Amino acid sequence: MFDLIQSLADWLTYGVFGIANESHFGATLDFFIYETLKIFVLLFIIVFLMGIINSYFPVERLRNFLSRHKLYGLEHLLASLFGAITPFCSCSSVPLFIGFVQGGIPLGVTFSFLITSPLVNEVALALFLGMFGWKVTLIYAMSGILLGAVGGWVLGKMNLQGYLTDWVHQIWENASRDAEVFEEEHQTFIQRLPAISQEVKDIIKGIALYVVLGIAIGAGMHGFIPENFFEQYLSGGQWWTVPLAVLLAVPMYANAAGIVPVIQVLVVKGVPIGTAIAFMMGTVGLSLPEATLLKKVMTMRLIAVFFGTVTLFIILSGFLFNLIL
Amino acid sequence: MKNIKILGTGCPKCKKTEAVVMETIANLGIEAVVEKVEDIQEIMKYNILSTPAVVVDEVVRIKGRVPTINEVGALFNE
Repeated sequence: MFDLIQSLADWLTYGVFGIANESHFGATLDFFIYETLKIFVLLFIIVFLMGIINSYFPVERLRNFLSRHKLYGLEHLLASLFGAITPFCSCSSVPLFIGFVQGGIPLGVTFSFLITSPLVNEVALALFLGMFGWKVTLIYAMSGILLGAVGGWVLGKMNLQGYLTDWVHQIWENASRDAEVFEEEHQTFIQRLPAISQEVKDIIKGIALYVVLGIAIGAGMHGFIPENFFEQYLSGGQWWTVPLAVLLAVPMYANAAGIVPVIQVLVVKGVPIGTAIAFMMGTVGLSLPEATLLKKVMTMRLIAVFFGTVTLFIILSGFLFNLIL
Repeated sequence: MKNIKILGTGCPKCKKTEAVVMETIANLGIEAVVEKVEDIQEIMKYNILSTPAVVVDEVVRIKGRVPTINEVGALFNE
């Protein structure tokens, strides 16, 4: 399928626009058109698939299941997996956090969800798939889910209940394990389809500009950064590059759509892939808007502990990637 | 007279839901009081796990997604 896109990009660049075959500008433009088309095709497919999963996913049932069963740690993995398939936005994260607390789900399990939710999302996956191939994407997704599970477990062991806001404590007092049983929405696939496609349209529309900009910057950088530019500085595998990349990334808030194409070029030019993935995780996984959102339910101290722990785990996974990849 | 509440923290999807509800009411000429609930503490009293949600006469009818005009119309005509 991608061959077809490549032919289309070649045809547009060298045929329609009539740019000389060997020119530097031609190669850049060809790369840009090819990458943009490819990413949009992948985005469409993956966002659509995730939309279908989300539409059918029984959130309430998962909550009730998690609050009734003790699974010896497996509940962290489940919550983390759930975080991976739900889109992270202000529409869902705080309500879900409170909903989990209301259902009497342990704080650590809720944290597992909260860590993975922004870290592994459909947009990041589509871009990773397009830019790095399925192997790196799989490793990214799996390690993100694992990181959420382990991170949540560790946070759960720290006894942080005291650092939640008063509001959460009030909810706690009224928490009941027998959450209301909701009437399930019985809708056929055809009935769900308009809402799902609307969602796909909204998501892609929302990030289209970032994707194009990211790829354009990437395409530009391709030509201007000399081959293996970073390798001469970083090839020794300097250990401090991973923490540095992550610490730079955490306060930065970038859309996954804009950042992945840039990271890809950095990798091509010699930045170790583990460092790049850690950087990516820091940018999308932890951000200031997220912290503001969480202020409703957590005290600043808890947010700091939460961010600190996740940062540490991202750094550790960065080291691990550099070792194994 | 219907009492309709739109629960949402002000995210884009919540605004869209409000627009859909308003348009449906205008189209069908239904008499209704529409209230937007943006305070998360108020929202959570309805025990939902994701916003936006549409509450008709204190019953949560739609949650976690933007409904279509037809869907909302069917709800209001019940």
